[in-house]
Amino acid sequence: MSTTGVVSPRVATAEGQALTQRKVRIGEVVFRLVLQACLLIAFLFLVWLVSYAVVRGWKRLDSRLWENMPVGRISRIDSAGVQSAITGTLWVILTTAVLCLPTGIFGAIYLEEYADQTKWYNRLLELNIQNLAGVPSIIFGILGLGIIARQFGLGFTVITAAIVLALLVLPIVIIATREAIRAVPQSIRQASYALGATKWQTVSRQVLPAAVPGIATGSILAISRAIGEAAPLIVLGAVTFVTTNPDGLLSKYTTLPIQIFNLIGEAQLGYQEIGAAAIVLLLGIVLLLNSIAIFVRIRFQKRW
Amino acid sequence: MTRTLRRIGTLPRIGSVVAVLAMTLAAAACGGNTSTTGTTAGAAKLSGAVAVDGSSTVAPLSKAAADIFRETQPDVSVTVGTSGTGGGFEKFCKGETDISDASRKIKDTEKEKCTAAGINPSEFIVANDALSVVVSKENTWATCLTTAQLKKIWNQGSTVNNWNQIDPAFPNEPLKLFGPGTDSGTFDFFTAAINGKEDQSRADYTPSENDNVIVQGVAGSKGGLGYFGFTYYEENKDKLNVVKVDSGGGCVEPSVASAQDGTYKPLSRPLFIYVSNKSISKPQVKGFVEFYVSSIDDIVTEAKFVPLTATQKTTLAAELETLKKG
Repeated sequence: MSTTGVVSPRVATAEGQALTQRKVRIGEVVFRLVLQACLLIAFLFLVWLVSYAVVRGWKRLDSRLWENMPVGRISRIDSAGVQSAITGTLWVILTTAVLCLPTGIFGAIYLEEYADQTKWYNRLLELNIQNLAGVPSIIFGILGLGIIARQFGLGFTVITAAIVLALLVLPIVIIATREAIRAVPQSIRQASYALGATKWQTVSRQVLPAAVPGIATGSILAISRAIGEAAPLIVLGAVTFVTTNPDGLLSKYTTLPIQIFNLIGEAQLGYQEIGAAAIVLLLGIVLLLNSIAIFVRIRFQKRW
Repeated sequence: MTRTLRRIGTLPRIGSVVAVLAMTLAAAACGGNTSTTGTTAGAAKLSGAVAVDGSSTVAPLSKAAADIFRETQPDVSVTVGTSGTGGGFEKFCKGETDISDASRKIKDTEKEKCTAAGINPSEFIVANDALSVVVSKENTWATCLTTAQLKKIWNQGSTVNNWNQIDPAFPNEPLKLFGPGTDSGTFDFFTAAINGKEDQSRADYTPSENDNVIVQGVAGSKGGLGYFGFTYYEENKDKLNVVKVDSGGGCVEPSVASAQDGTYKPLSRPLFIYVSNKSISKPQVKGFVEFYVSSIDDIVTEAKFVPLTATQKTTLAAELETLKKG
């Protein structure tokens, strides 16, 4: 942003220089305005969405939301909460993280550091991962229903949801980790080898620590995406009404996006308000996760 | 409450979580998720799981039932899903759920799938409903529509796009249609009742699985028209006008009384739950169904549905007796 008025060094004559300089300046101003307008639109839209949810859910944005269980009686709407959805979300998401982060990160290390890119199967693998990242989440839901819930007999449980969500965000973790590993300068590896380190020592002691900020950011963005998913979980039989917290991987569960989807569709205004409050809560959780990502990035960032 | 808090507190420590997950997995695998321990000690004390799924229209009723049931049987975990009437039967006939909520009768094709899996569904009528046809508050002309006019609007291939095409006396106002999506039991029932054949409907309307979207759509457009369950009209009376329906015997407004005595034709309908004969042998499912049937008045009141008539209640009690014997 500090480069306004920079003159192209290729222009030789003074006349041409003045002409280009003026042109560049108009272009720069317009371009800058367009960029700012884009940012403003995105920002205003976000502010509008968030404030709408806050205003609608304001009455219910208190401890009732996480202290109480959902109710089925209209006369008890005032004491309704979404506790089972909060614990359900935590169970599903933590299990997802346990399943997908090690797999994704190790997969990426293999592809980036060990795989021979000249082999056809490695290239096929890469192509598949890129494609998987673009598959709609509902497809993963249908796949999970047919194979994991029914074929493997895991049913409509926390573990089924976690496996499907892990598969869903695995490509994101792999792609982000590969980018982070690739950003570590080759000279670091060469220096490590020059000092007699083995490949494993180089990867584990030099490359990975240097790639932590990128890996963390990618991982947490992937987990944030998984938290917000409702479509595959609806297919996977997440229930809309459950008054107990999950107590294991084979528990029935509900998650916040499912509760929100359901509450917003209820006839009574009271339920819709709880839905709006739950939106704010979910936004808060995602925001918290994203700020952890930002913190990790700043804390561990290295510059070469 | 403290138990939950403590659990949340331990969650960020990934290592311990893995251990906890592993332990609970082992525990769950040993116990099974539908254990019925403790049912013999004291006939009233039940435990285990009851899985209900199906129509989102009937779900509020089953949720109310589950919520009240929890007070006397806190160890029974009743879960209610909303896969839709069709989606619910799909799971029900695979033996994945115990009870299926339905806003229409089970289809023959669905019944065959159940029978093939050795599941014999028992039908219970638990409430009544009056599908309400609604227009916006600004619409002062359409106070009553005949079933023929509704068919003219909604039938497959219909090109009606202005109110004056329905009745020349109506003003020149573009018609905007809103309705439930094709997966919904409400859609199935409406199309069968009005267009004569299930699923036969024009496709160029704004469909939504969320009835509040239909409420907003109709309320926001002068020429709007939509349909949904009676509850959604009751909750949005201040935003919408309801249309009386004339099936040949004069204009009838949807109401508790007209839905109960069947004068609101052809759009009044019963709401069902189906119970699997395999599941009824589980004490907690039997207990829940018995409670559902015997407390149906309280449940209907708590969910603000149209209650059963005295005759329907007698039938319901008789059906439960048959199920318990058989």
